[in-house]
Amino acid sequence: MDDLLREFVTETNESLDVVDVELVRFEQDPNNALILNNIFRLVHTIKGTCGFLGLPRLEMLAHAAESLMGKFRDGLPATREAVTVILATIDRIKEILAALERDQSEPDGTDSDLIGDLERIAEHVQASAQQPAIAATEQALGRPLRAGEVPLDELERVFRETPVDPSARRQPKPAAAPAEERLRIDAVKEDEATKAGTQSIRVTVDTIEQLMTMVSELVLTRNQLLEIVRRHDDSEFKAPLQRLSNVTAELQEGVMKTRMQPIGNAWQKFPRIIRDLSHDLGKEIELELQGAETELDRQVLDLIKDPLTHMLRNSADHGLETPAERRAAGKSSQGHIRLAAYHEGGQIIVQFADDGRGLDTARIKAKAIAQGLISESDAAKFNDAQIHKFIFAPGFSTAQTITSVSGRGVGMDVVRSNIDQIGGTIDVKSVAGQGVSFTIKIPLTLAIIAALIVDVGGNRFAIPQVAVVELVRARKGGDHRIERIKDTAVLRLRDKLLPLARLSRLLGIDSRDEIEGGFIVVTQVGSQSFGIVVDGVFHTEEIVVKPMSSKLRDIPMFSGNTILGDGSVIMIVDPNGVARSFGSTVVSQMTAAERAQPQQLEKSDDDMTSLLMFRAGSSQPKAVPLSLITRLEEIDARRIELSNGRHMVQYRGQLMPLVSMTDAAVKHEGAQPLLVFSDGARSMALVVDDIVDIVEDHLDIQVASATPGVLGSAVVKGVATEIIDIAHFLPLAFEDWFRRKDRTQQRRQHAVLLVDDSPFFRNMLVPVLQAAGYAVTAVGSAKEALALIDQDRSFDVTITDIEMAEMDGFELAEALRADPRCAAMPVIALSSQVSPEMIERGRRAGLADYVAKFDRQGLIAALMEQAGLGDAA
Amino acid sequence: MSSDTEQVFNEYVTAMVGGQMFGLPIRRVQDVFLPDRLTKVPLASPEIGGLINLRGRIVTLVDLAYRLGLARRSDTSMAIGVELAGESYGLLIDGVGEVMSLDAALLERNPINLDARLAAVSSGIYRLEKQLLLVLDVDRVLASDASAAAA
Repeated sequence: MDDLLREFVTETNESLDVVDVELVRFEQDPNNALILNNIFRLVHTIKGTCGFLGLPRLEMLAHAAESLMGKFRDGLPATREAVTVILATIDRIKEILAALERDQSEPDGTDSDLIGDLERIAEHVQASAQQPAIAATEQALGRPLRAGEVPLDELERVFRETPVDPSARRQPKPAAAPAEERLRIDAVKEDEATKAGTQSIRVTVDTIEQLMTMVSELVLTRNQLLEIVRRHDDSEFKAPLQRLSNVTAELQEGVMKTRMQPIGNAWQKFPRIIRDLSHDLGKEIELELQGAETELDRQVLDLIKDPLTHMLRNSADHGLETPAERRAAGKSSQGHIRLAAYHEGGQIIVQFADDGRGLDTARIKAKAIAQGLISESDAAKFNDAQIHKFIFAPGFSTAQTITSVSGRGVGMDVVRSNIDQIGGTIDVKSVAGQGVSFTIKIPLTLAIIAALIVDVGGNRFAIPQVAVVELVRARKGGDHRIERIKDTAVLRLRDKLLPLARLSRLLGIDSRDEIEGGFIVVTQVGSQSFGIVVDGVFHTEEIVVKPMSSKLRDIPMFSGNTILGDGSVIMIVDPNGVARSFGSTVVSQMTAAERAQPQQLEKSDDDMTSLLMFRAGSSQPKAVPLSLITRLEEIDARRIELSNGRHMVQYRGQLMPLVSMTDAAVKHEGAQPLLVFSDGARSMALVVDDIVDIVEDHLDIQVASATPGVLGSAVVKGVATEIIDIAHFLPLAFEDWFRRKDRTQQRRQHAVLLVDDSPFFRNMLVPVLQAAGYAVTAVGSAKEALALIDQDRSFDVTITDIEMAEMDGFELAEALRADPRCAAMPVIALSSQVSPEMIERGRRAGLADYVAKFDRQGLIAALMEQAGLGDAA
Repeated sequence: MSSDTEQVFNEYVTAMVGGQMFGLPIRRVQDVFLPDRLTKVPLASPEIGGLINLRGRIVTLVDLAYRLGLARRSDTSMAIGVELAGESYGLLIDGVGEVMSLDAALLERNPINLDARLAAVSSGIYRLEKQLLLVLDVDRVLASDASAAAA
């Protein structure tokens, strides 16, 4: 293509983008002469250039638009209709430009429709608002205007604006003072433009891409040299290589910078889109854009543009309610969409939030079931956040009505796959009636990333560092236990339960069977956490991602390949691919891990409990808090021995008694699943028929039970479930299970005040504490506790939950400290979350000790230590 | 095609795979190399021999013997470097021979009973004195749909 034409197309496109944005601004702020001048100038330039290049269609369109805008400039109101037509004109100009770029000539066709509209509006506006002027002409003529005649002042204006040539324009026209002023603004702006022109040059994307490739090669070569020098201790190359290394790093940074563009470029069209949508949909929408200057790689920018646009349309169309609906819901009639971008730890976070109606959980659930993504029974077990994730499932679109705006079959699944493609993640949070928020995390650049180099069966692989949360050594008897639920291995990491994926198995590589001894790369993709089991971990290296051969692209486990510093080629593992390998079966476990994270959507109901669901005897599911269980085992039934009329099994060098639930039978052959409970050196196992699942739910025992061994029934994931009282079964294995803890039972029983707002924990802990020899008084709130103190009840020690409504454990501790009657009484806190801040807060509040919520042994130990109670006393 | 009076010669790089001689049009051959420090790609189709770093480029090796359904004769294979759609490939062969210049007029059609996998990638045959030379169509060797058909 002709250079001149190409430059014209590029420049005009840029100008039009500005016009787009400015027009929307102008519509909201019609009195702002600066904005209008700017628009007018841009359109005027386009018109002038078109005439010069011989592009009649463009010229006529630009001219008609300019004329109408000229009317605005003369102080006439910018109506919505007028702006709409001008925007449509700009769209048409863009279409023509696109064709021009493709075919190098203006496409055939007519624009009389738009030009007609523009002229009609211009005349209409004139007729209504310029009545006095016409009247003036009429007065001068002494008769109304005849057809074809033009009012005088109109003529004058046309004269004023005819010069196209900038040099002619700069000549002041003594007759038109306001015009002169306007032209001065133009001149200043042009000067600024020239100045900016000398400071920046246009470079084709290809040139930058090529530069980037060369720099990537340079980085690789540098890495290779460093590797060689590392092997030779006293190399004279060391110093110059260090310099080369620094220069390379700077060069890399510099070239990366040239590829950086503000994310605002992807947002540029959004105000216009929202303007049009609010018009089409009859909704009032306010769009807030924050952090538009946040820069990211242009390749990434290109890839997120469409997803963001799609989400914007979705939100305006389905998310936000009509003004009437909003008012009925007690919200302001104007809906609000907020987009914010910022840097965080080598990633760009884009937050997208609206204050609309939120996701329709019921409909998503129904659709997921209808599409066969989950079974009805599974659906009942899922919590809202899990259900919401189905909007990312392929082919999922919940819009009831297909509108022209969105809901054309492309849904959030496409958004997700686009974001996946660039190694990003997307997560959704929704609160019914309050809105939806999406959090997108995307890498700064695709070209060079930090990666963890790992070993699997003698092969090396790279795992992108951004997905890696931490590394855990899988050791026998280590802090981090590996449990097995049937064939599925999970890692207990602090209070999380992470599903584990063996990279060797996923990749079909021969490797040792033992997970123990290897490393677990704790990985996070979106809100899914999981562990990738590898044999060894080498180091972190900056790698240059190279696209995979088209013959390998269909392997979902890899996202690319690269050349390491030592010259060898390695594959880059795609954490998204690993996450998908879990399929839906692990969803519940993954969210078990998620649930343990502190910030969850439903903050109000965060006393969720991880429950192990199993069957024993009857078909009705039974459950026990997961944290009470030490281990899940499956043993060969033939190993079960009968001794002294009791079932025993040799377990870790000891005899472990098996205890049966009321009607569950011990198997004679095949695999026998067991729930193992340990306390110190002792273990007992509960015989169950099969282990069903691990779920997260509120534990709200609704019906207390008279049956020994059953605390009561609770609804767990929509199913009535018996909650098992472990405390009942422990003494069945060892009669002295609890009693041995207080051989000094004759002594005065120490009084313990237990404060916990969860009836389940009270039910759970009271028998445990009683069995340990304490006199327990349990209350459900801090207020009740203080009321007891007021009644002059005295206790030796208080155990309190931290997270309680109204008054939390800290406040209770402070109140107790302040009361002289019990200032000396130790207070032990129970909490599922222990952070350094909380410990500090607890120290200030005067807490004596912190115990994890399910750590029964720890609690007993803390009781003994803090109050000098129990055995040691 | 050429006129009868003027002879047109095609140049081929010859290679041995599983005892069979193949000719690759010399214009398509980038280089011939000994694959070194090969990286296996788990989960890849069996015809993918692995990846190597050839002067800073990642080259995908295609096991020609597997691809053509022939038995490998040699453990120390060589590779012929070719390009397709901007990607670098190395065709693993048993050994490389001389470059031959052959009269285009003597190129014969594949015999109709030629093994389907060979016929799919061969653009014709030369009758040499001692043996037959199959002309390989590099594009078809690397085409993914053909590999699916062969698999």
